[in-house]
Amino acid sequence: MPVFLDHAATTPCRPVALQALNGGLEHLGNPSSVHGHGQNTRAILEDARDQVANAVGANRSEIVFTSGGTESNNQAIKGIYWAQNRKDRARKVIVTAATEHHALLDPIDWLVEHEGAVAINVAVTNSGMVDLEDLEQILSSRSDEIALVSLMWVNNETGVITPILRVTELANRYGIPVHSDAIAAIGHVPVDFAKSGLTAMSISGHKVGAPIGVGALVVARDFSPVSLLHGGGQERGLRSGTMNYPLAASLGAACQEAVSDRVERQSRLKELRDLIESEVLSAIPSAVVTAEDADRVEHSAHLIFPGTQSDNLLFLLDQEGFSVSAGSACQAGVLGASHVLVAMGHSEELASACLRITLGHTTTRLDVERFIEAIIKIHAGALVASQSTQSAN
Amino acid sequence: MSGGVDSAVAAARLVDEGHEVVGVHLALSRMPGTLRTGSRGCCTIEDSMDAQRAAKKLGIPFYVWDFSERFKIDVVDDFVAEYQAGRTPNPCMRCNERIKFAALLERALALGFDAVGTGHYASIIKDDEGNLELHRSLAMAKDQSYVLGVLTQEQLSHALFPLGATASKDFVRKEASERGLTVANKPDSYDICFIPEGDTREWLRDFVPSSPGKIVDQQGTELGEHDGHVGFTIGQRKGLRLGRPAADGKPRYVLEIRPKTAEVVVGPEASLQITQLSGERYSWCGRAPERPEEFFDCEVQVRAHGDTVPAQAAIVEAELVIKLKEPLYGVAPGQTAVIYLGTRVLGQTTIDQTTSAEVAVV
Repeated sequence: MPVFLDHAATTPCRPVALQALNGGLEHLGNPSSVHGHGQNTRAILEDARDQVANAVGANRSEIVFTSGGTESNNQAIKGIYWAQNRKDRARKVIVTAATEHHALLDPIDWLVEHEGAVAINVAVTNSGMVDLEDLEQILSSRSDEIALVSLMWVNNETGVITPILRVTELANRYGIPVHSDAIAAIGHVPVDFAKSGLTAMSISGHKVGAPIGVGALVVARDFSPVSLLHGGGQERGLRSGTMNYPLAASLGAACQEAVSDRVERQSRLKELRDLIESEVLSAIPSAVVTAEDADRVEHSAHLIFPGTQSDNLLFLLDQEGFSVSAGSACQAGVLGASHVLVAMGHSEELASACLRITLGHTTTRLDVERFIEAIIKIHAGALVASQSTQSAN
Repeated sequence: MSGGVDSAVAAARLVDEGHEVVGVHLALSRMPGTLRTGSRGCCTIEDSMDAQRAAKKLGIPFYVWDFSERFKIDVVDDFVAEYQAGRTPNPCMRCNERIKFAALLERALALGFDAVGTGHYASIIKDDEGNLELHRSLAMAKDQSYVLGVLTQEQLSHALFPLGATASKDFVRKEASERGLTVANKPDSYDICFIPEGDTREWLRDFVPSSPGKIVDQQGTELGEHDGHVGFTIGQRKGLRLGRPAADGKPRYVLEIRPKTAEVVVGPEASLQITQLSGERYSWCGRAPERPEEFFDCEVQVRAHGDTVPAQAAIVEAELVIKLKEPLYGVAPGQTAVIYLGTRVLGQTTIDQTTSAEVAVV
């Protein structure tokens, strides 16, 4: 049975979430219908909404259910940009960072290419942290032109935590809305939307133990983004389409549990993560912990192994029965250099020689001990294998 | 596993034979237009997906390995340099020689594998003394032993060609269908994998700089002009735009390309007749002949799916010299000559010099 240590990619569906999903599926009725059947499933949906709202410190009316993180990010970026730009044509600037997830960078690129938007990346330190001084400088010098700021709460690759309250405090001085991709943050760090100062926040179900196919966009009550979808006008007009109450129920249950067991789980996983880092560094002195100096989440270990290549490491570990990851694969299945590491100032070579190991609610100590054995075992082979992809010259 | 039917069936047969098989798709080309759209049977995203589906059907792990950097240097840059030098390269041979049975093989061996298997139509046979020989496949129409002619004994010892004993491609397609492989009806790939749309001429114009110059006859008389020698191949008749017909009224053919002087030499068909080939970049495919310096009988093939002509070959002053018993027409320096002994591939050379019935061309 292969050992799964790639919880940042997806994590097992929590039993309560599966129960909620199955329970929901047994009910019949379109939540928009007037009759009793509809009222019944509407109640399931609204209970789920309450659960998500409570879990993230938001008002129930601020929760919009979506199909997942990518949709939430697209809706946030495009919706907020269009809303702002319509009110004031001079606002075309989107402030973000090169370390963001592609589900956030790509909608921004699209707006730049097709809608005349201008993207400005805040500087990122070598430890992967957002440079707040640079952010302040950008905000103050171009406050009239900025449509929105979007910075992720926790980086999905390196685990680096952004001080969101400091970001919103700066942006709010100029009345600039801030969105945060909180997908890697929920259940891992304390998240309170009301206290965050954010205008919008993205959530992904399958990263917290709900099935793939559901997420949420938390949108402040006083802000109306332009909607991507047009149709029945459901979910505050922001997300037309028959509401998926079984999936919403599973998201609600997962969020509630992930948030309530956060402290205990993260404390347990921190010990295991620290063990990985100390054992691996001791056996492989050339290895480096990425973003060691930064504020990082406790369940994630990101390591660089100079002289190797990520895809060889992944292959060898896969053959040994361990599932981990690195960077992101393109559609053709080719693993590229981690754009996050490149944004942090690492060379393409080192950005292609890394591994991300993320622990989750089902990870055991035995999993971790076996993994440590395996990575130490395959490391030498990975060094040799990487020589063949370099030119013979 | 290219995503084509041949490599899928080859993988299936190796699994049946009891080998521990892992399917690997090579990401080779970074050229825009190849990793993106449509599928012509090689190297697009669709092909990668097809390969993955086939691997899943066979129950074997599947990975995509990126050799695009080395491919660019070892195959694409070589291709460009050869054309620039007025020669006609064979990128498929370079790929087999430097990527598939070199870089890929090295990586595979380093990662714990014993061999690389492909869907090439060719056979490896062991002789009485245990030496490995490369032979044509049973399916003559599909035989690909030519492009494997560059392989050494060492490389052959780590290669597997399960399709060699199959009588025809139709059998392979039928087998694919029976095995439930959805690529059974996928069209064959053709042309050069890194040239999208298959328009080599246009690609060359875009990527290989070459100066305009004169078209001359064998005596050096100017007959016309051209806007870059890369547009021409040895043996070409059309597109010369010479204005005046030849004195004897017969068609003229490109005989020689001289990049240094930007001249293209044309002449009668008779001058295309090649009677001898030679090259210093030669190799034996397995066991060398006992006395290679003495001319021995063989057959030579100069194109992937070309006919063979009888010949005699020997190593003369560090060159493989091949004397043709029947002439060949339109052979260009840079092409590969593969020599056969019956069905066995004996060796090959990149052609440096061709000698026509009249005069030597380098």
